[in-house]
Amino acid sequence: MSFLLDKMKKMEPLFEKGGRFEKLHSVYDGFATFLFVPDKVTTKGSHIRDHMDMKRTMTVVIIALMPALLFGCYNVGLQHTRAFGINDWTLLNMFWFGFLKLLPLIIVSYLVGLGIEFIAAQIRGHEINEGYLVTGMLIPLIMPIDVPLWMLAVSVAFAVIIGKEIFGGTGMNILNPALTARAFLFFSYPGWMTGDMVWIEGLVKGGGLDGFSGATPLALAKLDGFSQMPSAMEMFLGTIPGSVGETSTVAILIGAFILLLTGVGSWRIMLSMTLGALGMGLLLNATGGNEYTQIPAYYHLIMGGFAFGAVFMATDPVTAAQTNTGKYIYGALTGILVVIIRVFNPAYPEGTMLAILLMNVMAPLIDHYVVNANIRRRLKRVTTA
Amino acid sequence: MSTLIRLRKGLNIRLAGKAEKILLPEVPVTRFGVRFADFPGLVARLEVQEGDKVMCGSVLFHDKSFPEIKYVSPVSGVVREIIRGEKRLLTEVIIEHEGAERIDFGSGAPLSLTREQVKEKLLSSGLWPVLRQRPYHIVARPGVVPRDIFISAFDTAPLAPDLDFVMANTHGGFLQTGIDALSRLTDGKVHISQEASGTRVAEFKNLKNVEFHRFSGPHPAGNVGVQIHHIAPVSKGEVVWTLDMQDVVAIGRLFATGFHDRERIIALAGPGAQHRKYHRIRPGASVAGILKGNLGDGNLRVISGNVLTGKKISPEGSLGFYDNMVTVIPEGDYHELLGWAAPGLKKFSYWRTFVSKLIPQREYNLDTNLHGGHRAFVVTGHYENVLPMDIYPMHLLKAILAGEIELMENLGIYEVAEEDFALCEYIDPSKTEIQEIIRSGINLMIKEMN
Repeated sequence: MSFLLDKMKKMEPLFEKGGRFEKLHSVYDGFATFLFVPDKVTTKGSHIRDHMDMKRTMTVVIIALMPALLFGCYNVGLQHTRAFGINDWTLLNMFWFGFLKLLPLIIVSYLVGLGIEFIAAQIRGHEINEGYLVTGMLIPLIMPIDVPLWMLAVSVAFAVIIGKEIFGGTGMNILNPALTARAFLFFSYPGWMTGDMVWIEGLVKGGGLDGFSGATPLALAKLDGFSQMPSAMEMFLGTIPGSVGETSTVAILIGAFILLLTGVGSWRIMLSMTLGALGMGLLLNATGGNEYTQIPAYYHLIMGGFAFGAVFMATDPVTAAQTNTGKYIYGALTGILVVIIRVFNPAYPEGTMLAILLMNVMAPLIDHYVVNANIRRRLKRVTTA
Repeated sequence: MSTLIRLRKGLNIRLAGKAEKILLPEVPVTRFGVRFADFPGLVARLEVQEGDKVMCGSVLFHDKSFPEIKYVSPVSGVVREIIRGEKRLLTEVIIEHEGAERIDFGSGAPLSLTREQVKEKLLSSGLWPVLRQRPYHIVARPGVVPRDIFISAFDTAPLAPDLDFVMANTHGGFLQTGIDALSRLTDGKVHISQEASGTRVAEFKNLKNVEFHRFSGPHPAGNVGVQIHHIAPVSKGEVVWTLDMQDVVAIGRLFATGFHDRERIIALAGPGAQHRKYHRIRPGASVAGILKGNLGDGNLRVISGNVLTGKKISPEGSLGFYDNMVTVIPEGDYHELLGWAAPGLKKFSYWRTFVSKLIPQREYNLDTNLHGGHRAFVVTGHYENVLPMDIYPMHLLKAILAGEIELMENLGIYEVAEEDFALCEYIDPSKTEIQEIIRSGINLMIKEMN
């Protein structure tokens, strides 16, 4: 591999200050450090450093996303066959169909997002941040498969610039960038983000089976269509309409397992958010009211984007609460809010996105109170001692 | 028996190259150096010039703000060089050792002396700087009576010397005298913290005027700051002093014999060193003697102190004022193809993203590579896992970066030193220079509070 290193070293001066491609330094640096961990050594502080870095952290999340992504591809195909009455596709056909539909979304998301990241890094003179590698994969997975590519591009640009870079880039943002992208589309182009058509490839253009409804379980619940709701097993496995990556609780749980095993994802948030939603569901079961309050509480965990949000969105360390105690509170409140929005809000069938975004805003406040408790403990010591 | 304080947070870095418990005879050293950077915050006034003759105990320089704190020559000889760095900043005073003249500061049992007399002897003999204070982890200010004095009798840092072995081989008889002197300096107690298993050194068993504590757990359980936090934390307005076990002996020796003599036992350790054993040496001595024939191949880094908090020195450089070991590790100046993606069978890590986590006992050759690039803080909830104190590390760091004096104070800046945060720095995937941030926070506090 030394020839590669030699080649890289030879190119380096071109990208340094005064070099011909000076303006592309962040791009060069991004690729060079991707290929080779640099030979930089410690100069102050601890002489040894852990092998863990941001690239590896983000890679773990991307690996954890793979089960949901692969299942998403298959499900796009599966839903298409159901809507259009196709009977002769094999599993591979469905997967390949979905893969080809999803690929452009991923490419556009990365091209636009990373492009902006490269420019931002160049302006600031920073190294490229790996944060977008995850965000860029998350965004296509929380979109309807039929979302027009230009809309995707606009939402990505909005999320990266307004959601992240103006705050100072990865690590400084207040809102989860992927959810910012989705919220942007959700409010700007609601026709493409809600309804019975957008979740299944091709349905918008027409040609579906007569009487076929592409409604998600959440939409059905909202419209009192409880009789048409898929079975709990179907929702758990994920063979239902919905955003690409959100449908299969099983696939998401495999991802959760990877995140927890490696310690990259916060078990505190995942657990408390699940318990929060479950608790709120049970409370609604007990108080009653209408038919929606009476669905089994655990339905909330397998419907819509709850699982995906709890595992991949709410756990984003930058936008979640940062103290361990705060994480419990943040997670539980998010879970409770998800169910409240779903059941009581007349306009939005899904509550996960809005609940997480709202709690992103609240997270610093939660931390503030947790840290203040620590401060009070310290001050108390002075007066009693 | 003293109560046992169990700490669960922390991390033992399984670095290869522990020193064998064999004490080698002293190697004669001719080059000695006193480094100014060993005393953070010190503004020094020189009292010698190049070419001056000095005795062991002669003043080399003093503290500009506290002129009574004197820094003395560890040996007799000639001031060979006064090294200055950028902007003529004092770096090091080099002494060429010859002869054996030493100043007699007079002996006397400390318990028969007053507090002022004990202080005066420590100050004039140049032993005073072995006392460091919390808050700030700087040389103790003489005008203050400390609430308590804390001593850690074990070191949990990577490859640190076994202080039990060190004390067992220290020329005996001075420990109680040292403790007596310290007990004169405080109205509170002299606390000694030991490992959970206690000590095998007989001299400890009959010590008087001292309170024992026991700690169990991974590094940094041996850090005196962590121990203070769990025994009797430092609140705003309080001052405690800390010192090294071997310096208690040096203080005892001063009162028993009248001479400034900080002879100590240190370990030579690390994967870059060969024949790793224990050596008798004085702080300031060039390490060239003990490294001779003991350096491995390749590009190596010699560190005075441990790999987490020590200072990089040249192979002829001097042992730091407070250090009890010399560590040699390979430099990490190489490129690694897709290193961030490798399974990591041979990479030690705090993180469970490396296959090496499945092999619990192996030791690792760690080098100085940064293993990544600088990023903003991203991950949360992990710094806490290696800091066994009731402190929010990330919030304290951010308060320092923002220069929020009151918040820093409230979040515990008075209780910490850079060494307590060394593990946070080690595990950080964002490669933040955390120890430097802590020191800059402490410096800001010193500036603001005076």
